Amino acid sequence: MANPNLSVAPPPPVAPVPAPRPVALELRDLTTVFPGDDGPITVIDGISLAVRDGGTLAVVGESGSGKSMTFLSALGLVASPGRVQRGEVRIGGAEILGRTPEQLRRLRGAVVSMIFQDPLTALNPVFTIGEQIVEVLRAHSGLGRAAARARAVELLARVQIPDPSRRIDDYPHQLSGGQRQRVLIAMAIALSPKVLIADEPTTALDVTVQAQILDLLADLQAETGMALVLITHDLGLVARYADDVAVMYAGRLVEVGSIEEVFSAPRHPYTRALFRSIPRLDGPVDEELPAIEGQPPNVARLPPGCAFEPRCTLGHGRADCCTKRPLPLAGDRAGHRSACFHADRLDQMEAAR
Amino acid sequence: MSEVRTASSGTDAGPPPALELVETSRVFTRRGGLFRKAGTPVRAVDGVSLTIHPGETLGLVGESGSGKSTLGRLALRLVEPSGGRLLVDGRDVTDLPKAEMQAMRRDIQMVFQDPYGSLDPRVTIGQSIGEPLKVHGLWDPTDSPQKVAGVMSLVGLDPSHADRYPHQFSGGQRQRIGIARALTLDPKILVLDEPVSALDVSIQAQIINLLQRIQRERGLSYLFIAHDLAVVRHVSHRIAVMYLGKLVELASRDTLYRRPLHPYTVSLLAAVPIADLRMRKRRRTSVAMGEIGSATSVPPGCRFHPRCYRARLVASGGGVPTERSGDALLPRACLMEEPALRACGGGTDQVACHFPETPESRSEVAAAVLQDIGHPPIRPIPLQSA
Ligand SMILES: Nc1ncnc2c1ncn2[C@@H]1O[C@H](COP(=O)(O)OP(=O)(O)OP(=O)(O)O)[C@@H](O)[C@H]1O
Ligand SMILES: Nc1ncnc2c1ncn2[C@@H]1O[C@H](COP(=O)(O)OP(=O)(O)O)[C@@H](O)[C@H]1O
Ligand code: SF4
Ligand code: SF4
Ligand SMILES: [Mg+2]
Ligand SMILES: [Mg+2]
Repeated sequence: MANPNLSVAPPPPVAPVPAPRPVALELRDLTTVFPGDDGPITVIDGISLAVRDGGTLAVVGESGSGKSMTFLSALGLVASPGRVQRGEVRIGGAEILGRTPEQLRRLRGAVVSMIFQDPLTALNPVFTIGEQIVEVLRAHSGLGRAAARARAVELLARVQIPDPSRRIDDYPHQLSGGQRQRVLIAMAIALSPKVLIADEPTTALDVTVQAQILDLLADLQAETGMALVLITHDLGLVARYADDVAVMYAGRLVEVGSIEEVFSAPRHPYTRALFRSIPRLDGPVDEELPAIEGQPPNVARLPPGCAFEPRCTLGHGRADCCTKRPLPLAGDRAGHRSACFHADRLDQMEAAR
Repeated sequence: MSEVRTASSGTDAGPPPALELVETSRVFTRRGGLFRKAGTPVRAVDGVSLTIHPGETLGLVGESGSGKSTLGRLALRLVEPSGGRLLVDGRDVTDLPKAEMQAMRRDIQMVFQDPYGSLDPRVTIGQSIGEPLKVHGLWDPTDSPQKVAGVMSLVGLDPSHADRYPHQFSGGQRQRIGIARALTLDPKILVLDEPVSALDVSIQAQIINLLQRIQRERGLSYLFIAHDLAVVRHVSHRIAVMYLGKLVELASRDTLYRRPLHPYTVSLLAAVPIADLRMRKRRRTSVAMGEIGSATSVPPGCRFHPRCYRARLVASGGGVPTERSGDALLPRACLMEEPALRACGGGTDQVACHFPETPESRSEVAAAVLQDIGHPPIRPIPLQSA
């Protein structure tokens, strides 16, 4: 008998070196500053990234490393007094930085949408979820009220809200956290965007709900060719869903590569330390965790050299690491890139310690 | 009501458990709201028995809303039990008057999840850490400042920062402050409610190492509440799995992760994302199980039955009386009888399921999940017939 509760997921398709798909979203040298007491504070610094149609780029890094700010900058959503100081943002090949707020507003939702980090504050408590989805649909498309409502029911069904034609009239507080997050996804995909940016979409949720939501996003990608940027600090999710990985530290990119490259042979000491510090289901239990000692950096007071130098077991105190600032990773080159001066010698340096 | 049997009342030699809950319950009665009927009782904790031994860490896992925090608060009587007993160090404190219970809390302290919300922003951290001494009337102007400096060094804070305010510290440092504060009175037991969940992964490891070091040095007992199964595995000697107010499995660390008996435990393990590339190449078993039920309307029979893959497999396998429930065919036992937490497998491991995933009867689902998480079973354990 078929068991509806049980499914053995097919292996994710392993692409046999396909022709490179068109780039859906590309950032070049994106830099954002906020005014500070001692001059401007660079909160993201020279970020260059790309994600292709149908592909998934995971962005990882600790809190405050600039993950959210990178994509808020790309979408023209940096709150004053912050501002994008320089850089380029292309969606489907077209430059969007410098467009008017009204042009950007039309672009968001229809071409690129973002699911924000805090699902509880992102929905308006005084409107039903149906009213909020209908609002998005009507603002961007010519749909009439009845047609928009019918489409909203479809979308709720798509994100697996049970009994959607009834639940559409619920207020946000009547839904569980996981259901609210799925409503936000329904709103984000309502206009079939080319690019979806999901900022920690499941951090506040149970693992059981988390798996459902990410499987749903992966299904959507397979169906519509949507590109996905997944901002997360969960390396388990990265391993399962991402094609490419970008690692950020102190507002800078420190490593970029395909999932295979970054996971099997990380080329930056921060990435290596991060992987080791996480308890694993099959890891040793009777040893101390190899923690990254020290505190996350304050971007207003970075050292003159490599930002990771104070915590880096390989580079700490080395003359070059302390004085020379690593160059931003170039955006126009594919392949596995690291901002570390010693990226080619990490294995030997670790062995020598 | 029959006499309560406790582990402490046994005649065995050896120290009593540091903490013992016997059939402890807590029912909340909600106020009515716009969309909620008034007075629908919530059995947040429903007849839970467990013990924590001196120097032991008991991990407590379960989905959000399963009752973990309420159980943790019950252990300190920060919420009062609706039923059952609470023993600290072998002493029944269930009915202790408030003032005496307050004194009892020298032995049992709590660390909260949110390192931002749990500290008063207007009070220096030195004062915060020393406050428990004042509350208990133990403040001594000559010795106590040294005591505060001592716990600050113990948790890796610079004692010269005692006159700073919470906002001057990072999240990881604030969690250290919370731990220092809980240690000021030299408690025997710490209830840690999601102590690392709000922290960055790079800081999580520091705090986990710190907690383990303090436990080694001071022989403390921990009730460690978390939803990250890998973190819980790293720190716990034994693990309790909670679902809608009840313990469904209680087992030592190695058996829980190598031979999970309860279908809910298997389902939780199946959902853990694993940071390993092999997981992309291999089929990953996923157990789609919908969302946690509501604590206001707990399903009859086994409360996990609406989400249980195992019940469906057993029913379709034949050989047991079955019944329809909605569009599912389920064993009648799962629909009618609440399974009790009972010993299974000869050791101290306990499970509350009519059809546990024993090595002899393990479903292909459970076998696949164990493969995925990298802990294939090492040796079969016999099933103790009920
Ligand atoms: N309004 C603001 N004023 C000044 N600095 C800001 C402001 N908003 C963000 N920043 C700074 O920008 C940097 C990046 O912030 P961002 O929120 O993008 O990081 P994140 O990696 O996404 O962190 P988290 O995971 O905590 O959300 C941080 O140093 C932060 O302090
Ligand atoms: N003070 C309270 N009043 C009413 N219901 C409560 C109260 N505290 C907890 N609950 C309910 O008890 C159940 C268990 O809550 P909790 O222990 O906080 O779960 P967890 O910590 O596992 O997320 C939930 O259904 C919750 O809504
Ligand atoms: S440049 Fe030096 S300090 Fe920076 S990560 Fe590499 S080795 Fe470490
Ligand atoms: S008793 Fe039945 S429904 Fe409950 S967990 Fe066991 S198999 Fe599943
Ligand atoms: Mg963020
Ligand atoms: Mg809780």
